[in-house]
Amino acid sequence: MFRPSHFAAVVLFALFASVVFGITQRETPKRMIRYGIYCFVLFTASAMVLSWLMFLIAR
Amino acid sequence: MATTQDNNAAAKSGFVYLPLIVGWLVPGAGHFLLRKWGRGALLAASILGMFVMGIAMQGKLYGGAHDILDILGLAGDLGNGMLYFLSRAAGLGADQVQVTTADYGTRFIVVSGLLNVIAAVDAHNLRTGRKS
Repeated sequence: MFRPSHFAAVVLFALFASVVFGITQRETPKRMIRYGIYCFVLFTASAMVLSWLMFLIAR
Repeated sequence: MATTQDNNAAAKSGFVYLPLIVGWLVPGAGHFLLRKWGRGALLAASILGMFVMGIAMQGKLYGGAHDILDILGLAGDLGNGMLYFLSRAAGLGADQVQVTTADYGTRFIVVSGLLNVIAAVDAHNLRTGRKS
């Protein structure tokens, strides 16, 4: 059984989703790569920000 | 140049919804049908990877719909096409979520299905010329 940490699961999720978003939402390879990286950063950064917010609210 | 045009013409002949249907049934196959090898391979690797990791995390495969959330989960799972039916037939996936990682796995399986639908629609857009 595969048991990733919560953060590893977030990174894997962001990686796979970003690849699909990049390829399907843009037309040229250069723009696909840029959009994929943008989505990946947005996924992981928003997960980290929301995690810290929830941590601070729960204290 | 003429050969490339011939290949594109051959790829874009026939039933217009074929890349959509084939792309839904087998991740990335819609793009392979249109000779977009690189895009198809990356899409297949991403969707298959996500689905396999979901199964490896003991994620739940929705089999029936008892409430609205189950219906949404089943709709997402069905987006995986043949992967869903084969996995159900093979008895893969958990019946109930018992550990935290299984909850992640369930989401991975649902989202891989939704991503597969996006990829299949993209193949259809390539076929109709809405996207290049």
